[in-house]
Amino acid sequence: MAEPSLDLAGPAAPPRRNGEMVFEAPWESRLFGLTLALCPEGRLEGEEFRRALIAAITDWERGGHQPETWSYYRCWAAALERVLAGKGLCAPPELDARERALAAREPGHDHRHD
Amino acid sequence: MSHDHEHEERPDLALRVEALESLLTEKGFLDSKQVDAIVRHYEQDVGPLNGAKVVAKAWTDPAYKTRLLADGTAAIAELGLGGPQGEYMVVVENTKSVHNVVVCTLCSCYPWPVLGLPPAWYKSPAYRSRIVREPRAVLRELGLELPGEVEVRVWDSSSEVRYLVLPERPEGSERLSEDALRACVTRDAMIGVARARVPGDG
Repeated sequence: MAEPSLDLAGPAAPPRRNGEMVFEAPWESRLFGLTLALCPEGRLEGEEFRRALIAAITDWERGGHQPETWSYYRCWAAALERVLAGKGLCAPPELDARERALAAREPGHDHRHD
Repeated sequence: MSHDHEHEERPDLALRVEALESLLTEKGFLDSKQVDAIVRHYEQDVGPLNGAKVVAKAWTDPAYKTRLLADGTAAIAELGLGGPQGEYMVVVENTKSVHNVVVCTLCSCYPWPVLGLPPAWYKSPAYRSRIVREPRAVLRELGLELPGEVEVRVWDSSSEVRYLVLPERPEGSERLSEDALRACVTRDAMIGVARARVPGDG
């Protein structure tokens, strides 16, 4: 397999200065924030999550994906879902159902009319 | 290379994450205001400037530098810094003969309290796999050419240890104050993929 090259110009390019955006999309920051918010409550144990994250990253790397589809936070999401499901805190079917419900909202759902 | 192959899209998990947040909140496991506060903290308050304070102090205070290299966690805590992912910090010093560079090959452990959250390239499969096998080539691609006689040490972070590189104090910085020195210290210099430099110098 060809060695992946460092992405010097694309979305994963190494920034040369301090102070760039730490998240590429709002969903990444929400995912990060909600994961950390679960830790102090004891809902989530850091080391358990880390092991799941390593497994999710390894799965991706062995999956033969196009390098440009790499997404660290997608692996993060997969790991979190797996851990939450394992603990019985959030089952995949209810998550699927909620996602479908959100997708079916009327356009403009997030505009307040008050 | 052809670019007209079937493209897998980069994923957008906006709906998935919204569903997670809404379900977990509904179950009482999560408070969205707390999520807001955490995101704000990591986007606005925690960043490489914290690490730059540590480095500038070490450059100007030899006793602090000795403590920093002996017990990174304690010396960093002296400056009021610490927290998740910074529980056990080891500081490694760059010299004329040794250059240190940090990676986390398994996931992307990173010293959040001193550097903020890791940049995209630090988390990339290419950096994580290649910096261990061919550090000089990767550093060259990142714009850092090291003389052959310099020994390169690659430190692989783990759940137990987070590393911070103490870069060499740049030439031309002899008369700068501790405050001014902070501006010489970039995030990349503290990961070990760049040198510290006086702002405005080549």
